[in-house]
Amino acid sequence: MSEARERRDYTDGPLCLSGRNVTKVFGLGEKKTVAVDHVDFDFHEGEFVSIVGESGSGKTTLSKMLLGLLNSSEGEIFFEGKPRDISTGRRKREYWKGIQAIFQDPFSSFNVFHKIDSVLLDCINMRGGRSLSREKKIELMTEACSFVNLKFAELTNKYPFELSGGQMQRLMIARIFLLKPRILLADEPTSMVDACSRATILDMLLDLRDETGMTIIFITHDIGLAYYISDTVYIMEHGRFVESGRADTVILNPKAAYTKRLISDVPKIHEEWDLSTVDLKAE
Amino acid sequence: MGKIMLEVKDLKTKYVTRFHEDVYAVDGVSFRIEEGKSLGVAGESGCGKSTLALSMMGYYFPPLHYISGDIIIDGKDISGLDPDTVRKTVLGTEIAYIPQAAMNALNPTQKIIRFVEDVIRAHDPKADRKEIRARAEARFAELGLPADVLDKHAVELSGGMKQRTVIAVSTILSPKVLIADEPSSALDVTSQKMVIKMLRELMEKGYIKSMLFITHELPLLYNVTDDIMVMYAGQIVEKGSAKEMVFDPIHPYSHGLMGSILVPEEGTRGTTLTAIPGTPPNLKKPPRGCRFAERCRYATDECRYHAVAEKPFGEGRSYRCILPVDKLREVYENE
Amino acid sequence: MKHTLRQVFHSSKFLVGFIIFLLILLTIWIYPFFNPGNPLEMIGVGTFARPGSYVSLYDALNTSTETLRLADADDKRLDKLLSDTDRISMLDWFDSAGVDVGDLDIEDTDTLLDLWFANYSSDLKPAGMTNAKRNYYKRLNNSLMQVRAADTLTITDVDEATGDPVTKGTVTKTDYVNIGQVANVKRLPLGTDNFGRDVLKELVSATGTSIIIGLIAGVVATLIGLTLGLLAGYVGGLADDIIMFITNIFTVIPSFVLLILISYSIGQEQRGASVVAIVIGFTSWTWTARSVRSQVISLRNRDHVNLSKLSGHSLVRIIATDILPYIASYVVMAFILQVSSGILSEAQLSLLGLGPKTTVTPTLGLMMNWAMLYSAHTNGSWWAYFPVILTITLISFSLNLMNTGLDQVFNPTLRD
Repeated sequence: MSEARERRDYTDGPLCLSGRNVTKVFGLGEKKTVAVDHVDFDFHEGEFVSIVGESGSGKTTLSKMLLGLLNSSEGEIFFEGKPRDISTGRRKREYWKGIQAIFQDPFSSFNVFHKIDSVLLDCINMRGGRSLSREKKIELMTEACSFVNLKFAELTNKYPFELSGGQMQRLMIARIFLLKPRILLADEPTSMVDACSRATILDMLLDLRDETGMTIIFITHDIGLAYYISDTVYIMEHGRFVESGRADTVILNPKAAYTKRLISDVPKIHEEWDLSTVDLKAE
Repeated sequence: MGKIMLEVKDLKTKYVTRFHEDVYAVDGVSFRIEEGKSLGVAGESGCGKSTLALSMMGYYFPPLHYISGDIIIDGKDISGLDPDTVRKTVLGTEIAYIPQAAMNALNPTQKIIRFVEDVIRAHDPKADRKEIRARAEARFAELGLPADVLDKHAVELSGGMKQRTVIAVSTILSPKVLIADEPSSALDVTSQKMVIKMLRELMEKGYIKSMLFITHELPLLYNVTDDIMVMYAGQIVEKGSAKEMVFDPIHPYSHGLMGSILVPEEGTRGTTLTAIPGTPPNLKKPPRGCRFAERCRYATDECRYHAVAEKPFGEGRSYRCILPVDKLREVYENE
Repeated sequence: MKHTLRQVFHSSKFLVGFIIFLLILLTIWIYPFFNPGNPLEMIGVGTFARPGSYVSLYDALNTSTETLRLADADDKRLDKLLSDTDRISMLDWFDSAGVDVGDLDIEDTDTLLDLWFANYSSDLKPAGMTNAKRNYYKRLNNSLMQVRAADTLTITDVDEATGDPVTKGTVTKTDYVNIGQVANVKRLPLGTDNFGRDVLKELVSATGTSIIIGLIAGVVATLIGLTLGLLAGYVGGLADDIIMFITNIFTVIPSFVLLILISYSIGQEQRGASVVAIVIGFTSWTWTARSVRSQVISLRNRDHVNLSKLSGHSLVRIIATDILPYIASYVVMAFILQVSSGILSEAQLSLLGLGPKTTVTPTLGLMMNWAMLYSAHTNGSWWAYFPVILTITLISFSLNLMNTGLDQVFNPTLRD
């Protein structure tokens, strides 16, 4: 296999996306729930950031806000140093040229009525390649597919649902490869994919970052995965970041009680998985 | 060697699709579990591990059909029994089954105690209510479940609590074999740990005599079961103790699977994950030769045309590959 | 798409429904070629002529005859002549005249007549028999004698100058005409209605009109429901609240009452078939709107819609390419049901006399209305309403069958 990847440090690059006091409140009065509670973050250019949290921690709500699919109730998000303005449709579209996403469920990420070529062609058109010649477009699509180890020639006239889950997620990455956004938000892209395909996808995401220098925000519940892949991790509990920092520091020397518990609760291979700490009556 | 609690011999089952095509989901699986031991089944989705769990109960309903093979629990063959007999004499006492979504199977209009009554009365129709309650309370206390759970409805319990309750209720008759199919996959890590601890206590206290544990999460499997077998395309490709399987996998598929383990431990960051390209074969028409040949980096033409039998090696281990063990170890060493 | 269609036609339920509906459509299309003309033309002067073939008597007399000697011709003639009432009356006469008939079978025409001619006498005055009754028996006797006796009927004309009868020709019992050579034979398989109109012709034309009414009503209801459902579901917020408020108002007011009120206020003269269809469509869109809305809400949060947004697609494009295709199968199913219920609503309205105006085109509902107004159901003229009911049932059945078939294809949980 390929030799271990050389890890460059991206954590002190220029700021790409940051937030201050970002909050999302759902509902009113009695039914009010605070999904994201005054969080601050600084994501740098080229940084591979993981946001780790269990279900209900607010990580998906935060990701929707980062993508501009949800408005925040409070606080401000800065994009490339300037306050982000997505108040109009045109400005939103402008913002979305800089940020793209890969979602958890590949089976619901594709429009089942569109063929694979049209998905990729759409990306080329979005990047202003509408006027390119047919040959040039095919060349671009072939390049994008070979980046994710798919053969474009075999995919034309096929529908996404004819592929396996892993292949579909790779196609998603090919899409990102064509779009080349500044930021990629990957929301649990491997949680519905088999372990064997997972490695391939993670590898491709790292390649993508190394090649284009894009910032990747990786949302996951799997702290082992976050540790393996990211430069920086943010640990999220009940809508707040309880701890953040370099992956090595946070995972190997956790400070927050929640992080410690999370790490101790995950089954491990080399260390003993201590079941004696479990209090069955705790719930 | 301990007493053999569960023995499966050359079990074959199939699904029949709506278009009357046969899908051979479990194709010649054999293994045994001794008393007090647990066996884990690993494999990617679609490899037949959940079908194996369903087939184990000796209780078949369409689209699943039994073809051949034996399932022997504590010396008693249950494979040829009719569904009614299975329900009355096997389920609950001999074998209990917990699927991933078990916690969602609780009828929301009933209190938990009703399910306990159902389970006990299925085998002893004259059981007294007070006795049942006493029995349930005792067992719940042993397993660390609060007694007031019995008088609650399923919706009042958290996901982890529901799953533990289901496990406690379905093992109340102390079955000889517990089949747990991804019992903790839908839960967060803390609840998962509680479920595992409870399963372990069930084993230690002798309420279940043996366990077949199915999951795609290898670190979990490593920590839960004594032995692990890896399934691929309806067949077992390798068997061995948990430690051997994780640190010394022999079959190329197991090797790939173990190479994709990610845990938050020092050293993980530096490793390179193993990736296995391709997709599993279509089980409507399984390949003639080795089923993994299409995706195997070491496959030769011979692999594609000759089926491989399970070959024993080491201490009670076996694998299904034409390459010798030493050769494979050497190949992995040099990578 | 192709695959889905193949699956749809694989469903036996859909196929049966589709074939029935297609046959109905084919009949509507082909029948007028065989029987052209205005379906509302009153061809009969009387009301409710029985179904059957009508031979012009005048033309039959002027058609060359063949002589056929058929052994059972007399018997048949007598059978036709002697109604059951007559037979029972004859038995009554025997009774009151004190004739012992033994165990006579009144169906046995020969024995009955033999007994009759042997015993009947017009002079006999059985006790308690009214004059009118006696005259009835005389008439009966005369006609029976005639059938027995006269082998020839004479046809006479009246001489215009003298007023004397002039013999034109004779007709014997053994004279037959070939029905194919008679100039005017009218087949009325379903007879005529109260206005003397050919029911079958009217029915075919009415089925066509009713299906068109159903289609227009279905299109109107589906369009309104789809548009409002899409807007409410996708845009959400205030738009959703307003649209759902209107929808709920329409849902709680029984749509049939609304339909009656609107139809009544439009007035008979303005109510053409298409106006009625639009009114029906306008009162039956609420369920489509509600269910489209709920489907769109669940689709709105699907990742492919989010991805489409991130790709900068416009609202219209997202609705057209990422939402509509996903609910298309559902909308088609709802449309089929709307058509079916549109046809039924028209029938109900017309039955109440609030349907399309009566002079232009027949509809299934109007035919029922006429049959009811002229008491077809009490005077035994089943052909005036029963075929109409059967047609409505058949259309409705075929459409619902198609809907169920589609449902099974698109809802895997319903597959057996």
